[in-house]
Amino acid sequence: MNSAFIIGQYIPGESFIHRLDPRTKISLIFFFVIFVFFANSVLSYALLTIFSFLVALSTKIKPSFIIKGLTPVWFLIIFTFTIHLIVTQEGEVLYRILGFPIYSGALIQGFSISLRFFLLILFTSLLTLTTTPIEITDAIESLLNPLKKIRLPVHELALMMSISLRFIPTLMQETDKISKAQASRGVDFRSGSLKSRVEAVIPLLVPLFISAFKRAEELAMAMEARGYRGGEGRTKLRELKIRKLDYLAMILFSLVIAGMFLLRK
Amino acid sequence: MDISFENVDYIYQPNSPFQFQALKNLSFEIKSGEFVAIVGHTGSGKSTVIQHLNGLLRPTHGKTKIGDFTLTSDHKPKDMKSLREQVGIVFQYPEHQLFEETVEKDISFGPANFGVATEQIKERVKTSIEAVGISTDLLNRSPFELSGGQMRRVAIAGVLAVEPKVLVLDEPTAGLDPKGRKEIMNMFYRLHKEKGLTTILVTHHMEDALKFSDKVIVLEKGTKYLEGSVQEVFSNQARLNKVQLDIPEILTVVKEINNRFGLSIDYQGQSLDELAVQVSVGLKGLKKHE
Ligand SMILES: Nc1ncnc2c1ncn2[C@@H]1O[C@H](COP(=O)(O)OP(=O)(O)OP(=O)(O)O)[C@@H](O)[C@H]1O
Ligand SMILES: [Mg+2]
Repeated sequence: MNSAFIIGQYIPGESFIHRLDPRTKISLIFFFVIFVFFANSVLSYALLTIFSFLVALSTKIKPSFIIKGLTPVWFLIIFTFTIHLIVTQEGEVLYRILGFPIYSGALIQGFSISLRFFLLILFTSLLTLTTTPIEITDAIESLLNPLKKIRLPVHELALMMSISLRFIPTLMQETDKISKAQASRGVDFRSGSLKSRVEAVIPLLVPLFISAFKRAEELAMAMEARGYRGGEGRTKLRELKIRKLDYLAMILFSLVIAGMFLLRK
Repeated sequence: MDISFENVDYIYQPNSPFQFQALKNLSFEIKSGEFVAIVGHTGSGKSTVIQHLNGLLRPTHGKTKIGDFTLTSDHKPKDMKSLREQVGIVFQYPEHQLFEETVEKDISFGPANFGVATEQIKERVKTSIEAVGISTDLLNRSPFELSGGQMRRVAIAGVLAVEPKVLVLDEPTAGLDPKGRKEIMNMFYRLHKEKGLTTILVTHHMEDALKFSDKVIVLEKGTKYLEGSVQEVFSNQARLNKVQLDIPEILTVVKEINNRFGLSIDYQGQSLDELAVQVSVGLKGLKKHE
């Protein structure tokens, strides 16, 4: 399993953020994503950054783990920044690197876009780090409920999503097991020509597909045997509930956003 | 090939909240040609040990030596492929690794990867499929049309066809019927003797450990809990019970008979018939004394 990649991974915990209703978390993140784009001054950015860091700290997950987990995203951020430096030609020329002009506007824009991007990723990964996949699907089902009126199969979609999420770790384990078994039979996944590396994937993919299909069939049968007949009239084991904690989080969030608007240019 | 573990630690997913130390300061030695059983409660680290034997995993701390290959956290042998050719592993539920269109192709897959010549592969496919007790008529069938037990045998044949010097078996008979289990274990033992293999068997069946192995290693929570000859390890019933293991049933029976009738029969791999004779002779001897 790839231990460095944390997007989509849940870390159990008891923090304030962990205990919020998942609907609260999803809605607040949704608004955060929108409002990040309104920040336009140093102070407004600073406020959002400090706020995000405080939220990240309050999850009690080791900061080093979060930072390491975002490694793949760093590349994207640096890439965006570099593109901006090269493409944007606003403001005055600050200095030249190898005869290539760097504009002040490019520096500012590159920096603010990268920061925005970073804040978005950090905030959304905090959602998955502190919320179980099941909670997220429950919340999405509940938030999308009104769409049942226009005959959107909300329950079925949510079920599909939760089943997929449930089986991601299983599939990863299976991949790990089968690739080890085939490596023991002399398959080399890491070196050789492109053609031989593509060919090396077949002994991995075939068993994976077969076991995934088998699992799907077994799951369908087990669900039917236990009387599953779709969402109609099904009750919930875990009731979602908005509590004082959630109102507190909403008020805090609103204050920060209001502050951000005040600090805008 | 001689095998040794020197103070091996293995940590899964280090530096993450999921970090888990599966092996702790584990040291042991296996001599070339030995048949060694590794037993232990579920989660004790048996499969983790096994994956060190062909370099799928390398120790986080410490050192493993397999023949001339030495592996540490920052050193891996250049010729990993040769190590994997010499150490064949039959994983838990090996039938999950089948993927080819025909049984023959699947068995040939290993040898072909290790560069065995085509005619020789044909030969090996034939001997290994006969060894696992499957008719050669099945060679052109799809492995996915076979029964579970047959699939298991085909997968095992795929490992045997590479002709490893060290054979590593991770619960090779889990989920098989008693007759199939016996056949397969006897086959492994015959190969072990005939080819002078070094065999390492992970098992939950103490009977198999007793019957086939020269030496038993008991793991508990990633450390070595007991190690020794079959007699030594299985004379420690109380200690074994402590880690959810037990001595083989046959030993319990012999012990009970000895206790009840005041006999002193020593179990050394006799068959049930031989034991019965010993018991009746012993009992007659007692009667004469009275
Ligand atoms: N990829 C992994 N990441 C984290 N922990 C793992 C991983 N693989 C195994 N472990 C843990 O390491 C420990 C030892 O696992 P291992 O598979 O070696 O046990 P085992 O003795 O073979 O058990 P069993 O008899 O059930 O096969 C277990 O507690 C397991 O949860
Ligand atoms: Mg195991």
